[in-house]
Amino acid sequence: MKAHITVPSLNVIKEIQARMVILLCLALSFLMVTFTVNAQKVITKSQDTILPLITLNEVILISAKQELQYQKQYKPLSSLDEYLEFSRKVDMIKRGAYAWEPTLNNMTSERLSVTIDGMKVFGACTDKMDPITSYVDVSNLSKAHIISGQKGAAYGSTIGGAINLELDKSNFKGTGFKASIENSYETNNKLKVIGAEANFSNTDFYVDSDIVYRKAENYSDGDGKEIAFSQYEKYNVSINGGYKTNPKNAITATLIFDEAHNIGYPALPMDVSLARALITSIGFENDSIGAFSNFKSKIYYNTVTHIMDDSKRPDVPIRMDMPGWSDTYGFMSEAKLKTKKHSFLLKWDGFYNQSLAEMTMYPNNPNERSMFMLTWPDIRTLNSGIYAEDDISFKKSSFNISTRVAIQNSTIADEFGLNSLKIFYPNINKNQVRVLKSLSVQWHKNFVPYRLNFGLSYGDRAPSVSEAYGFYLFNSFDNHDYIGDPKLKNEESLEANAKISIEKSNYELGIESTAFRMPNYIIGEIDTSLSTMTIGADGVKIYKNLTYANLINVAINGQYKIFPELVLDGQVSYHRGKDNKNRNLPFISPLSYSSSIQYNKKRFSGTFKIRGAAKQVNFNSDFGEDQTLAYTVFSLNFGKTFYLNNDLVYAKMGVENLFDKKYSTYTDWKNIPRMGRNFFITLTYSMY
Amino acid sequence: MKSFKLILVAIILSVTFSSCTKDDDSSVDNENLLANYTLLKTLKSNNYNIEVYSEEEEFTVGYNELFIRIKEGTSENYLPNAEFSWKPIMHMTQMVHSCPKSEIVKIKNESIYKGYIVFQMPGNTDEYWELTINFSIDNKEYKATTQIDVKAPLDDKRRVNTFMGSDDSRYVLAMLPINPKVSLNDFSAVLFKMENMMNFPIVENYKVMLDPRMPGMGNHSSPNNVDLIYDTNDKTYKGKLSLTMTGYWKINLKLINDVAETIKGEDITEENPESSLFFELEF
Repeated sequence: MKAHITVPSLNVIKEIQARMVILLCLALSFLMVTFTVNAQKVITKSQDTILPLITLNEVILISAKQELQYQKQYKPLSSLDEYLEFSRKVDMIKRGAYAWEPTLNNMTSERLSVTIDGMKVFGACTDKMDPITSYVDVSNLSKAHIISGQKGAAYGSTIGGAINLELDKSNFKGTGFKASIENSYETNNKLKVIGAEANFSNTDFYVDSDIVYRKAENYSDGDGKEIAFSQYEKYNVSINGGYKTNPKNAITATLIFDEAHNIGYPALPMDVSLARALITSIGFENDSIGAFSNFKSKIYYNTVTHIMDDSKRPDVPIRMDMPGWSDTYGFMSEAKLKTKKHSFLLKWDGFYNQSLAEMTMYPNNPNERSMFMLTWPDIRTLNSGIYAEDDISFKKSSFNISTRVAIQNSTIADEFGLNSLKIFYPNINKNQVRVLKSLSVQWHKNFVPYRLNFGLSYGDRAPSVSEAYGFYLFNSFDNHDYIGDPKLKNEESLEANAKISIEKSNYELGIESTAFRMPNYIIGEIDTSLSTMTIGADGVKIYKNLTYANLINVAINGQYKIFPELVLDGQVSYHRGKDNKNRNLPFISPLSYSSSIQYNKKRFSGTFKIRGAAKQVNFNSDFGEDQTLAYTVFSLNFGKTFYLNNDLVYAKMGVENLFDKKYSTYTDWKNIPRMGRNFFITLTYSMY
Repeated sequence: MKSFKLILVAIILSVTFSSCTKDDDSSVDNENLLANYTLLKTLKSNNYNIEVYSEEEEFTVGYNELFIRIKEGTSENYLPNAEFSWKPIMHMTQMVHSCPKSEIVKIKNESIYKGYIVFQMPGNTDEYWELTINFSIDNKEYKATTQIDVKAPLDDKRRVNTFMGSDDSRYVLAMLPINPKVSLNDFSAVLFKMENMMNFPIVENYKVMLDPRMPGMGNHSSPNNVDLIYDTNDKTYKGKLSLTMTGYWKINLKLINDVAETIKGEDITEENPESSLFFELEF
């Protein structure tokens, strides 16, 4: 019996030891980088008069720092999800009105690296109900960088690319004290948003703070039918600060606290009573250390709690709770080195993540004990990588080469979870090590007015926690339980991208394509020998490596300035994904298009927008898809800025889904209809 | 520096704790061997005291692993040279019968003897079990008899099946105690044929097929169970039971004889959610 008592305390001690060792390692590496870089004494002149590299990256501007930028915002206090949806390459998977999951190049979370200011944050929900984009608010952010394919390896191993959400910081710009209050209301789901921010910055000190609160009722679709369980409520507080210890060195710190309650997921059988994240970091920045410039280093910690339950659902076959937790400790250091032709970026980063999720089911017979399982068996992922990039500039062309090498160790820390997985894999080890690689070459050539971009890359990724270790995770989309496989091979990607564009003073036209061949593509395949766990599920799938899968995205976009203040733009995109057996991949967009006409003059702006898609031809019912019909929706908005006692007031109003169309897109989980007609009004009052 | 000290303290503590654990595991102390067992009954005969121990708190319906030791009078020395046999008898209102039991064998190098009894039913106010132990010491034969109280399991879960097979023989099938975990568990059972009221010989080379189900959750099953196969060494049926979560499990069984005929039990289908032959577990 004594042995039983000592074992838990031993675990606790080991836990403490492990945590300390990690903290120590992080601190050490942080210091080491500082010293190593300090030791460099090479001095070169940095200048560049040659052609700068034109990247294919897309930047979504989120914060409006100047009056003019307000005009460009379509809907200033909309959710981050809505902002991301404006990206040409990003689509959002919707399970409800809140916490949409971004896809990039038609690939979802496990194939992307989504970071906040370069920091890794991992959602704590086994059913992807909390993509990390749901733990920040637009009030925290200045930009979203959308980086397609292996170029995204700057932010971690990836297949589809990276989305980095850049925090909004005053960065010693010396803008003094600024404050603003924002307010917004939307009619369809009675969404109320209220936010405030206060910023102060001078040349050696800044502090930015903001707070925002959102509350929405159920929304209604185009037929006026209320979508039950689509409500949510959230608030977010953030504070950023920086202090210059001397003209060259600065210390920075970030804290974001985000908490959402009572979030309905109409497309899923369960809701979320609490989704909470605390995101923190401390950084060190230096303008130049030796030959290096823009030296930045930071350590970070974030913790996510996600409580999924079905307590509000009136009729369920069995009551259950599915809480999840994810904690991440990390560091990153980067420095740039510029010579006449070269522009190097060197980055070293690492993180340690703990992911734990459990499921408790309460039998209808009150005399029976509750049923418990670990759905994520306390997986500890330790990853450290080095990323290097060089831009080489020539007279009329430029060349970019980048590479990442990372080592990832995964451990099943929970004995209960290890034993659970041993039911399927009797010989698995607690630990496994993977090496992750990425290499990308991009070439850019300029023959005025034409531009040509071409790139080739290779990269791989480790399976996600769910793909490797998930234990009976129910996917309501294809109505199957999913089991992970720790022995999965890394998924690889061979990628080619090209863009040709013409740029004249009053118009731009471009065609762009990205093609992926993904050997060892990871996807769930039905195992008919297994019995479903979830009541009503159709079967059990186990994650497998396919021989390969192919995915191609082609987009044509153009912009025409009818007058300097009247701009017409449009885009059409085509996507196709197939596996080695010619089956369609899930979540691949049908032919889609969008067009807008924008008017911007001084203090007035207006936009008319059309968005739509053709009927989905290529879909796969094995993965739970059915055909999505064609749709076109229209929206309209107007904005006006004016001054009130020297303070800036900005008003924007508009209507979305103008003709109250009932529709759903290929990214809508279980065809949940999108919002019907919605009027919004936003007021911003800024004090300088 | 502070954290370094903390780590050091943690390491020292963990070493201390782990070494303690090891000590506990390796101390096979003769006196303490039965320390964690319960003395269920002491039988007396000719100044000999026979102590019957069990891991359980009482004699329970199903498989009972029992430990026996014997000493003379008030002496503290247990005797290593005794030989035992036993006979449990159920006195019912209408009839008398025995139950399956093993031989009693000595544990190597100890003064402890071990065996098992499979009680098919509990005692009640009108019906009771009586345990007779015959023993010989130095070639002298003795006999001790006592009434024992056999209880239904506290959790009221089925651990033993007494049934008429399709071959018109009566059988007793009992599961061995298990400490169930969410994992692939070792799982064993013993099978006897009821030759008459008093004789229950072990049945060899049959097969017990497993289909564990959770009736509380859609009657789902679990993967990679291994059917119970007869092991000639310890005369039990052994296999693997996979339990994917905690809770109430009904382990549906099918008994197949040595010529592949079904003796008892049915397949689980949509229409037939349970077998007539089963064990139960809840954890």
